[in-house]
Amino acid sequence: MSTRPLIEICLHGRGGQGAVTAANLLVAAALNDGSLGVQAFPFFGAERRGAPVRAFARISDEEIHLRSEIYNPDIVIVLDESIMDVVDVLKGLKKGGKILINTRRKPCDFTFSNKFTVGTVDATGIALKNEILVGGIPVVNTPILGAIPKILDRVTLESIQKNIKIKWKGDQSNKNVKATQEAFDQMELNQ
Amino acid sequence: MNNVMIDTGNYIAAKAAVMTQPDVVAAYPITPQTTLVEGIAKYHETGEFKGEYICVESEHSAMAACIGASATGVRTFTGTSSHGLLLMHEMLHWAALARLPVIMCNINRVVGPGWNIWADENDSISQRDTGWIQFYCSSNQEIFDTIIQSFKLGEHEKVSLPVMINYNAFILSHTSMPVHIPTQKEINDFLPKRKPLWNLDINNPITFGNIILPPEYEKVRKEMQESQENAKKLIKEISKEWKNKFGRYHGDLLELYECEDAEYILLSMGAIGAESKVAINNLRKKGLKIGLARVRTFRPFPKEEILKISKNSDLIVIDRNISIGMEGALFSEIKASLYGKSDSKVYGFISGLGGKDVTFQDIEKMCEKVINGKANDLEWYGLEGV
Repeated sequence: MSTRPLIEICLHGRGGQGAVTAANLLVAAALNDGSLGVQAFPFFGAERRGAPVRAFARISDEEIHLRSEIYNPDIVIVLDESIMDVVDVLKGLKKGGKILINTRRKPCDFTFSNKFTVGTVDATGIALKNEILVGGIPVVNTPILGAIPKILDRVTLESIQKNIKIKWKGDQSNKNVKATQEAFDQMELNQ
Repeated sequence: MNNVMIDTGNYIAAKAAVMTQPDVVAAYPITPQTTLVEGIAKYHETGEFKGEYICVESEHSAMAACIGASATGVRTFTGTSSHGLLLMHEMLHWAALARLPVIMCNINRVVGPGWNIWADENDSISQRDTGWIQFYCSSNQEIFDTIIQSFKLGEHEKVSLPVMINYNAFILSHTSMPVHIPTQKEINDFLPKRKPLWNLDINNPITFGNIILPPEYEKVRKEMQESQENAKKLIKEISKEWKNKFGRYHGDLLELYECEDAEYILLSMGAIGAESKVAINNLRKKGLKIGLARVRTFRPFPKEEILKISKNSDLIVIDRNISIGMEGALFSEIKASLYGKSDSKVYGFISGLGGKDVTFQDIEKMCEKVINGKANDLEWYGLEGV
């Protein structure tokens, strides 16, 4: 099998939404699905609950030697739609890149949907429905993970769910697994 | 795939430390080392770490506690960063002069003020003369493997010195990567129990650290120097043994990459050493004959190996540190290694201070500046206004 190109992913969220956990679960799933070189890291700095945060993931068939930040992602994942008012989430996104947004809107509602592959899913609604809450606030990281296999062929829903089951047990695990399935089923794509 | 653990540099370091089955860990938390000691504390709670975990009130005390424990002949480990390391300074000399193999991770972080928690090597570089062996790692796997190997090295009767395993703040300490974890039995087979050269024993009281007259003191210093020389040989042997047993090799004193026919060789440490491989691949694609020698040990310094690679190559050095009033520390040491024995030119760059990102494109630009004859002896790369 020939080596597939490196995939770089940038996740935007707010402190407390679990962007870093999402990046970690995503690469663990990718490793499980046969990508031997993976990396997940936060934006290096102090994090505050509610403030805009970034997390990064790299997925490769080979050991990754890169240690720098990601400036030109292949995929952008937005955990909180309101971030888009204050952060240019499209900055550096590669030509033909993909963007997955937690929103109740449709892909065609976004002006950039003629330039990029846009996926949308109401991860907040799914988190609320499944009572995935921390301190009463919906945690959208696991629901949105469920939608990723539809825009990234390096990772399967099964592997994501497998890693959720490793991280959480019992009811917590079941709720999160169910949420990923719902996100997978409900996600909408523009192309 | 069962033996692959995917986690951050700090949690991987905690795992490695616990698998060496230390008798005592004494530590004080400091960003970005915090999750390392949290990890060990967690293993203590679950029972996987069966030794003594001593919470202390400062890093000076952490090192003092490790020294006291190590002097009784047991295995000790700690971790720190930046100002924590600096607060230990007196005790670092003490551990080395007492010939106690305390093993410590230092997460390379900026020294303040201006408060900054990001990657920079000036904290450990400024501990250069304490007598500690210093490794610089470039991946989480290397952190794991080097910690285990360091116990074998430091506790070896021909070395008997403390070892500092350095890795960059956040770039490694907080980045998750997959790491192969051997079984506990495999680690135990590789790393036998510590056999101390001397130890404090209440049934056989001795005094240590009493007055020492000039001739004896000088002898102690010479023996430390000889032990660092012994370490050079042992680092090679131990990394070879590790390679044979586990199939992984990160180099010994140096890691050489694409150096065979190189007209230029880039030298750097830590995470920049990993990113440099990407730059070397790209420069090679452009037809440039360039290689990389990643410096893994700053003490003992690989001066013979560097002289050897300079035979047919000019050298380009990137320092994520600066000895103010002179130049980058690695740059200085490399030039000293060549003095009077080599005609190779050496070019130094200061880059990535304060945690500034150093990308493979940056590294390519630095190398091309040298190759195109545009570089001065010492350059501040990418600094505004320079």
